[in-house]
Amino acid sequence: MCLGIPGQITAITDTEQMLAEVNVSGVTRPVNIACIVTDDHPPETCIGDWVLVHVGFAMSRIDEAEARKTLAILDELGEVQQELDAMRDSEQALA
Amino acid sequence: MKYVDEFRDPEKARRLQQRIEAVMLKLRKDRGRPLQIMEFCGGHTHTLFRYGIEQMLPEGLEMVHGPGCPVCVLPMGRVDDCVALAERPDVIFTTFGDAMRVPGSRKSLLQAKAEGADVRMVYSPLDALELARRNPDRQVIFFALGFETTMPSTALTVLQAKNEGIRNFSLFCNHITTVPTIKAVLDSPDMQIDAFLAPGHVSMVVGEQPFQFIAADYGKPIVITGFEPLDILQSIYMVLRQLAEGRSEVENQYQRIVPKNGNDAGLQAIAEVFELREYFEWRGLGSIDHSGVRMRGAFADYDAERKFTIPNLKIADPKACQCGEVIKGVIRPWECKVFGDACTPQTPMGALMVSSEGACAAYYNFGNLPDLLRLREQKDRRKPASTGADAA
Ligand code: SF4
Repeated sequence: MCLGIPGQITAITDTEQMLAEVNVSGVTRPVNIACIVTDDHPPETCIGDWVLVHVGFAMSRIDEAEARKTLAILDELGEVQQELDAMRDSEQALA
Repeated sequence: MKYVDEFRDPEKARRLQQRIEAVMLKLRKDRGRPLQIMEFCGGHTHTLFRYGIEQMLPEGLEMVHGPGCPVCVLPMGRVDDCVALAERPDVIFTTFGDAMRVPGSRKSLLQAKAEGADVRMVYSPLDALELARRNPDRQVIFFALGFETTMPSTALTVLQAKNEGIRNFSLFCNHITTVPTIKAVLDSPDMQIDAFLAPGHVSMVVGEQPFQFIAADYGKPIVITGFEPLDILQSIYMVLRQLAEGRSEVENQYQRIVPKNGNDAGLQAIAEVFELREYFEWRGLGSIDHSGVRMRGAFADYDAERKFTIPNLKIADPKACQCGEVIKGVIRPWECKVFGDACTPQTPMGALMVSSEGACAAYYNFGNLPDLLRLREQKDRRKPASTGADAA
């Protein structure tokens, strides 16, 4: 919950509500981008951004090299699997 | 040195280790007790253990594992409140997975679920809101917990719910604040912490400024720290260098993620939805002024505390628990009388044993248990003793 996980924004789904789709280690899920949108960086420009995702919110933009390094370390910490499991369980919980 | 090879960049790790040793040579000279650095954040605690960083540190330098694991400091009474809410037949109670196993005075959320309560683990408050959309005849409550890192997410979710006019969604708000808690640690009479590593992702939201008082008023060095093992080693070196040079400042080791002024949109959402509570109850630490937030009156319809009656009872921790002393660094986790015996990850008495970010669970999982228990016995025999070297 506190470490978050890097992912790449692949689509903007709702500009009004600041919702997008993010790809985290191959898993696609909805993400809120309100915290990374600024006047200079409107929603449309977020596609392709690498971001640090915390509990479904993109909290910070990062560069790709940093994202990959962080993913590798989170993987060693066992956090990647945990986050992906949490996303999958959550999808089931919605049913 | 066994651990250094596990680092992605062992050369860099070794260099940092040498620098830490060099600066410690200077610092060790005139002190009769080990130097203590508190890493506030549970994420840092986890990295420290995973990479065996404590074993890389020279003698006379100890890491104290602070209260920054939101699940670990959740008081039993609050878990009871969650269970009471979850047991209402009209309610779908949603929570992050970490909170499921924290013991309440009657049961944990996991037990409540096994007994038929509708408790669901969600990854995000957005998913809880989606549940509310799909189940208009049920009340969906999201158990909001965490420090400032997760506050923007719950605040923005509530704003969205209000926007859409969703009426069957609410937060059970148990968010806690970092700065008043560090202040409480600093004001505690048995406190001996010399310097702090500040939580990286809390800082990503709040920025550098809120930590200034620690350096300015308390004269303690503090470095905002990332989560990778090299980040932590580098930050340890940075606080030590401050100590050696007689400085106390806020330094930002994690500039690649933490902007000086934090995250505007996140802070705005927090300010709109939440206000400080006069005080908040912590497991192990007691009541701390302004250390939690509640929802503002304008969001009463989204506030589970106002919408439903909750027991709101204060439940004392079991007598044998020494979680508070561990959190403040007064004793090491394995020195708690029930560590590894009555309190294990399978049968946790205190919350520090529940979460993988809790110090006791970390020692239990990554340490050498027989060694630790032997150390505790030795220490009990020759009290008071110092525990310079760690056998974890
Ligand atoms: S061993 Fe258990 S009771 Fe003792 S401090 Fe750790 S979590 Fe608390």
